[in-house]
Amino acid sequence: MRYLPHSPQDRADMLARIGVEKIDDLFVDAPRDKLIDGLVDLPRRKSELEAERALARMAARNTPASSVPFFVGAGAYKHHVPAAVDHLIQRSEFLTSYTPYQPEIAQGTLQYLFEFQTQVAALTAMEVANASMYDGSTGCAEAVLMAHRITRRRKAVLSGGLHPQYAEVARTLSAMAGDAVETMGPDVSAREDIVARIDKDTSCVVVQSPDVFGNVRDLRPIAEACQRNGALLIAVFTEAVSLGLLTPPGAMGADIVVGEGQSIGNGLSFGGPYVGLFATREKFIRNMPGRLCGETVDANGKRGFVLTLSTREQHIRREKATSNICTNSGLCALAFTIHMTLLGGRGLRELARVNHANAIKLADMLGDAVLNRSFFNEFTVRVKADAAALVERLAARGVLAGVPVSRLLPGAGLDDLLIVASTEINSDDDRATLAAALKEAL
Amino acid sequence: MAIVRYTKDHEYVRVDGDIVTVGISDHAQSQLGDVVFVELPAVGRKVEQGGDAAVVESVKAASEVYAPVSGEVVEVNHELEAAPATVNEDPLGRGWFMKIRLSDKSELDGLMDEAAYLAFLKTLD
Amino acid sequence: MAHEHAIAPQPRQTFTGNRALDIEEPLLFDIGRADTTGVDIDAPGDFAPRLGGLEQTRAPDLPGLSEPEAVRHYVRLSRMNYSIDAGLFPLGSCTMKHNPRLNEKMARLLGFADIHPLQPQSTVRGATALMAELAHWLMTLTNMSAVALSPKAGAHGELAGMMAIKAAIVARGEQATRNVVLVPDSAHGTNPATAALIGFRVRSVPAGEDGLVHPAAVREKLGPDVAAIMLTNPNTCGLFEREVVEIAAAVHEAGAYFYCDGANFNAIAGKVRPGDLGIDAMHINLHKTFSTPHGGGGPGAGPVVLSERLAPFAPVPFLRRDGEDFTLVEHATGSQAFGRVTAFHGQMGMYVRALAYMYSHGADGLKQAAEDAVLNANYVRACLSNIMSQPFGDRPCMHEVLFDETWLKNTGLTTLDFAKALIDEGYHPMTVYFPLVVKGAMLIEPTESESRASLDLFVMAMRDLALRALRGEKERFEHAPRFAPRARLDETRAARSPVLKWRKRAPVADAAE
Repeated sequence: MRYLPHSPQDRADMLARIGVEKIDDLFVDAPRDKLIDGLVDLPRRKSELEAERALARMAARNTPASSVPFFVGAGAYKHHVPAAVDHLIQRSEFLTSYTPYQPEIAQGTLQYLFEFQTQVAALTAMEVANASMYDGSTGCAEAVLMAHRITRRRKAVLSGGLHPQYAEVARTLSAMAGDAVETMGPDVSAREDIVARIDKDTSCVVVQSPDVFGNVRDLRPIAEACQRNGALLIAVFTEAVSLGLLTPPGAMGADIVVGEGQSIGNGLSFGGPYVGLFATREKFIRNMPGRLCGETVDANGKRGFVLTLSTREQHIRREKATSNICTNSGLCALAFTIHMTLLGGRGLRELARVNHANAIKLADMLGDAVLNRSFFNEFTVRVKADAAALVERLAARGVLAGVPVSRLLPGAGLDDLLIVASTEINSDDDRATLAAALKEAL
Repeated sequence: MAIVRYTKDHEYVRVDGDIVTVGISDHAQSQLGDVVFVELPAVGRKVEQGGDAAVVESVKAASEVYAPVSGEVVEVNHELEAAPATVNEDPLGRGWFMKIRLSDKSELDGLMDEAAYLAFLKTLD
Repeated sequence: MAHEHAIAPQPRQTFTGNRALDIEEPLLFDIGRADTTGVDIDAPGDFAPRLGGLEQTRAPDLPGLSEPEAVRHYVRLSRMNYSIDAGLFPLGSCTMKHNPRLNEKMARLLGFADIHPLQPQSTVRGATALMAELAHWLMTLTNMSAVALSPKAGAHGELAGMMAIKAAIVARGEQATRNVVLVPDSAHGTNPATAALIGFRVRSVPAGEDGLVHPAAVREKLGPDVAAIMLTNPNTCGLFEREVVEIAAAVHEAGAYFYCDGANFNAIAGKVRPGDLGIDAMHINLHKTFSTPHGGGGPGAGPVVLSERLAPFAPVPFLRRDGEDFTLVEHATGSQAFGRVTAFHGQMGMYVRALAYMYSHGADGLKQAAEDAVLNANYVRACLSNIMSQPFGDRPCMHEVLFDETWLKNTGLTTLDFAKALIDEGYHPMTVYFPLVVKGAMLIEPTESESRASLDLFVMAMRDLALRALRGEKERFEHAPRFAPRARLDETRAARSPVLKWRKRAPVADAAE
């Protein structure tokens, strides 16, 4: 077996050195009748060539985003990632290292996490950011629990513009924890009056901008209402590139900002692995979930970095921990940081401008069918048909047109709505193809 | 001289009439190592003997500080929030955590005096 | 000794701070510039923004680097990291085994890497087929009825598994009365944290003198208020829980469920099927047992297998067979699914890598890998047991061997000193101070990836260090590591006044340097 270095002679010699006759003498604590006799009922080993062929056959049955005009978004976005990013994250020292528990020999990981935290804090205009969460949706659910801990209240209000799967993750966790969650109805045109739902029992309000339908939302009035009632505003985003052009949530009064960082540095990968961004006010750091990297000095006075404030975490606090989370999304955070470093603040702004300009071009081609008054690189279109069926028909013709709202919200009576994203990857030809294909259904 | 009593969880109380000053013993601070953070209760909070009253953290450990006596928290040592090292430097003096107005003076009878506490520490090794 | 002093490093000042291949690298923020970029973007023509008046007037205040500068910066940073590719990484309970590069290549096939989780399912039949295939392998290896693939990491899988248990308790109408979870005191910290997160009270079960949990101790804590037990097997001391079948029976008899922490499944994959032991739910860390890379602390992946009793409560999405194909069911309506634990479908990139590993090994290779992992740990035990002390006596272990610090008692040195000295020998230290129930624990997991020559060198280095410790050569230890990119770091300072991001320095500080 190509991954196992021992020869049969090595194994025999080692068993002799240990002082046992056969390998099962080392499995002596396992009940005899539970040890598998022979092999489990699965195929035998494959050569690298055979394994590669079997997997490549499966890959070939999927339609990659880059092979067709592609407008699918709603929480994950196709962007161009510079080749250097994937090269660098495959460096052995990044790819095959562990959590930096021994900081003297993990300064590479720790320093990039410190850079990551600084970048996320700057982009969201918040005071502190952690070393990342699994993804945006789990970060959002954790933010709700964090708000409960800080306010000692247990009722969250979720905006109808929050990604429905994010809302469902938050509801699932809250329900299990015994907390109340109110979810506003689907809010396609950003008209909901969420302020009216905030009272003295409300721990937090969760608002996404740009929201799942693409609308850009002004968080300031909501932040003011939260402040009046002692509730926290949790601001969510799923398109990190928007931070290059929009007023950051921290500048609009958000108390906790959570978002999906996939757009910067990370591919689509069918939904994961991604990287959750999580930022908050300095005064809340001890209630924050997840790992934190901090600056310090070593015994010789040199600057260095360590994981810090770990007394919040499960391996020390056990049942009193702020979360059960035990990893971050290290390598995806590295990809984010390298891509962000290549862009710089100005590059991110230019990238965001291109995205916005492309979406405007597409919206202008689609005319009145576009429901949004505001949007970044994504908006919602009303079609004169069942949007899911339409998407299937267009897929058969080689166009991936968007996400039917019914896929996210079945039974909500929104079957004629389609969420369409246009990033820097779309050419004018792509947009013309989509517009022509949609025309029949508009 | 004020009366000092200890608990088996290594808190001490210094008794001054109805008001007792609460902190952690010198043994406790040395076991914890460098204290990096102290979480204090709100003034006015009612605590029960043996119940959670504060949290003290070192780099690698977090420990509850239990109320040695029942009563109301009347003052907390805010100095510890900015300078947690005070707990290591002067645990029985400037490193105090909180002052509690006793609700039941007889609870003190169940606590150890210094000699008994030192004898108790010997049994832990 | 004199000779050693002669070759001991002199103060090695250089102008740059670098010492040949031993390098320093400033922070991005010290070298980046606001007007620099490593990405060429054609500015769009003029357009009127439709951002609802919420556009930001200035670019985010973050520096950029050109591509050559960025490549150099991150390559130089990478060289300050230890990695399994570069050396033995005996971190117990973390399973740092070789990461085959085929896995990386496969995960980057466009058909896997470049597909969107919400594109029509008719365009991702290969992806759902791969998920179904992975599910089949996991269920067969564990002999369990169902698997929820979507959890993002081991602790997340543990959470999903405990949620399934809670949902089952609710379905039985017993949520008001069954609200306690039993957790052995040797458990991973995630276990009590997970139980508490979803509203269970935690009741501790003491392990026996032999490091194992015994049915009598469990029975004593069982009652009509107990919802589940969370037991790690093989356990955190590297031992197979000998009486696991009896424990399962007792737990079931009391009407509770058996959650198994599968962090150490790599020791028994292909040898023992957890489903045969009576467990109801178990997460599997794909990054441990099936070699997806640890990436400096994630991303992981933590599918959770479920027994027949818990299968109906599995979260969405789950796979449904449609003729030859599989469809992802994304909504819980009309099912008993307890909800959803993440947006989309989980860690596809990790599924591909894990399946590549499974295909490469096959049933025969997986079994051999588990056996070699156990063989290697016992070999290390045999080579060190006459010099280091073991808390539960010298007996066969599973994939990792546990020592304590009793043997260091009269040296004035600690487990931490020993670990840091191992860094100077070019090794990543073993896991230290875990499990918490063993004083000064040193948990060594060599994994199946190490050759005999590699193990021999490691144990010789360990023995040499141990003898030096016992001989009182404290200077080796007290200031270790001496040869790493950094000496011991001041964690107290980091925690007392946290500095969690870069800030522009005041000019005064600059002048002072």
